[in-house]
Amino acid sequence: MNTILGISAFYHDSAATLIKDGEIIAAAQEERFSRKKHDPNYPYNAINYVLSEANLNLNEVDHIVFFEKPFLKFERLLETYLAFAPRGFKSFSLSMPIWLREKLFQKKFLFDQLKRHDKNFDDINKINFSEHHLSHAASAFYPSPFEQAVVLTLDGVGEWATTTLAIGKKNNLDMIKEIHFPHSLGLLYSAFTYYIGFKVNSGEYKLMGLAPYGKPKYKELILNKLLDVKSDGSFKLNMKYFNYATGLTMTNKNFSNLFDQPVRNPSKDLLKEFHMDIASSIQAVTEEIILRLTKNIANEYKIKNLCLAGGVALNCVANGKILRENIFDNIWIQPAAGDAGGSLGAALAYWHHELKKPRDNFKDQMKGAYLGPKFSDKHIESQLNKLKGKYNKKTSKEISSIVAKELSNNKTVGWFQGRMEFGPRALGGRSILADPRSEKMQKELNLKIKFRESFRPFAPSVLREDVNNWFELNYDSPYMLLVSDVKKDKQIAMSEKDKKLFGIDKLNVKRSSIPAITHVDYSARIQTVHKETNPKYYDLLNEFKKITGCPVLVNTSFNVRGEPIVCSIDDAFNCFMGTNLDILVIENFILFKNEQDQSLIKDYKNKFELD
Amino acid sequence: MLSFLKEFFEFLGARKKYWLLPILIVLALFGALIVLSQGTAIAPFIYTIF
Repeated sequence: MNTILGISAFYHDSAATLIKDGEIIAAAQEERFSRKKHDPNYPYNAINYVLSEANLNLNEVDHIVFFEKPFLKFERLLETYLAFAPRGFKSFSLSMPIWLREKLFQKKFLFDQLKRHDKNFDDINKINFSEHHLSHAASAFYPSPFEQAVVLTLDGVGEWATTTLAIGKKNNLDMIKEIHFPHSLGLLYSAFTYYIGFKVNSGEYKLMGLAPYGKPKYKELILNKLLDVKSDGSFKLNMKYFNYATGLTMTNKNFSNLFDQPVRNPSKDLLKEFHMDIASSIQAVTEEIILRLTKNIANEYKIKNLCLAGGVALNCVANGKILRENIFDNIWIQPAAGDAGGSLGAALAYWHHELKKPRDNFKDQMKGAYLGPKFSDKHIESQLNKLKGKYNKKTSKEISSIVAKELSNNKTVGWFQGRMEFGPRALGGRSILADPRSEKMQKELNLKIKFRESFRPFAPSVLREDVNNWFELNYDSPYMLLVSDVKKDKQIAMSEKDKKLFGIDKLNVKRSSIPAITHVDYSARIQTVHKETNPKYYDLLNEFKKITGCPVLVNTSFNVRGEPIVCSIDDAFNCFMGTNLDILVIENFILFKNEQDQSLIKDYKNKFELD
Repeated sequence: MLSFLKEFFEFLGARKKYWLLPILIVLALFGALIVLSQGTAIAPFIYTIF
């Protein structure tokens, strides 16, 4: 038996993964345990969890792999500061002490931290390092169902690379081409996220959600001034407009002057048409680059399968376009495409790439991304008693039929089942569910339950076999990483008057028979639900379909704005009592809000720092 | 520390980036001086130089 622990940490979304003889045993993000969104710290709790899932002490683990190479990153930093000197001195003087004191000695630091798990752990040579983009590429290719594939990774930056192309064949993964820092599609998108007044590294989803409200008025300006995109999709940014290489902000004055507006201050300035048009424009530019890249790769290598990873691969709108353009026969996207997935990729890269272990099972190896903790009935019952929750225990069959009926009566449900998801999406393990047919549901979920901005869309889960009856898609999307339109015959055409409505007002128009999950441009971010990977969620959707004729549910992550997705029974109960959720279901235990002790209701809205 | 230096030299060799070495040495010396100077008699010495 050979076990490998993969770790990603110290930038954002720290995580740990454990693989045993190449099989993914467990993976989890530190934020779920520490309750600090995008927690960048050493993933102490996540490592403890993955070790416990495999029933191992750290000393028994054969190899430990960190997801990037600190020396290489340091080299990039030094050379960047030199290239831009004397600009960037402030950033240089802030970052160098940290590097010279800590980050450069990552191996020793990791060794000391690892000893906290097991004092018998004494072999520093078990610690290895994988390149950032090799980790991403490995996380996209090795668990994919393909024997051979082109692997494209796109993110902010790792060591030097920001975009890489690799070819995977069985257990080989050869890096072919790279685009280097500071030219980065991820950082370009983040620069606009910053400019619109959202938080970098977390507000990118909001920018994507905002895009359909606007028009891509500035697309040509961005393509002409901010970057040079070649016909093959390779690109170079014009650094005259950006400040991230050496400064402490993403964009500079030239950038604001180009668009004739300052950076939006989220505490003062409202989101206006201008911001929506900017969001729409950068989304259009991103799609254009990704489509050019993928078309060129498909022509050059004549391989019919594509794997994607890196933070930009979470841009599900762009992913949906790659699929619809039929550039590749098949696409597979790593569900933890961001840095958290680097822990998984680092471990798999070591197994297949370094140890040369064969790969011969060409099925999706992610287990539905359900790779986190689950809890026994005994534990759930004792926790609920401690929390003074009033609950009933039912059979699985009863749970499906009760919950489906309540959902059809417009009730909102916290759905906590099985193992927690790995990656940013809730996939029916730690989800809030609701009826998509309700016109009011989107607003209600945003304002009363998630406490977030009213413009943000919700995503649907749909039975796999029904997906093409409800959406313009007939493809597996188990990880909610593909966007497609609601089926034409389910759409409701907007009147001329409705079309003239601007921005958020468009939301109030009923756009389809499932309005709660239909975005203003008729699109939806789809999760297909499969009996093999989540039978309980599948049964619930089936029951809901029996009652309503609709095999679709609203599925949003079980948390409020700024809070990491719930992990434990305590987290779930606290979120339930702190929001306007009507029902909480934990495995076969069901709790109704109106039966709970009302003195347990908490002020939850301000508990978490806004994202 | 020795194994760190060995690994770092191997890294510079593999990347053919020995030219980074003088910069690193200066950084390390200044770093050490700043660490040593905290709350000691070396502080005025630094002020005199600059």
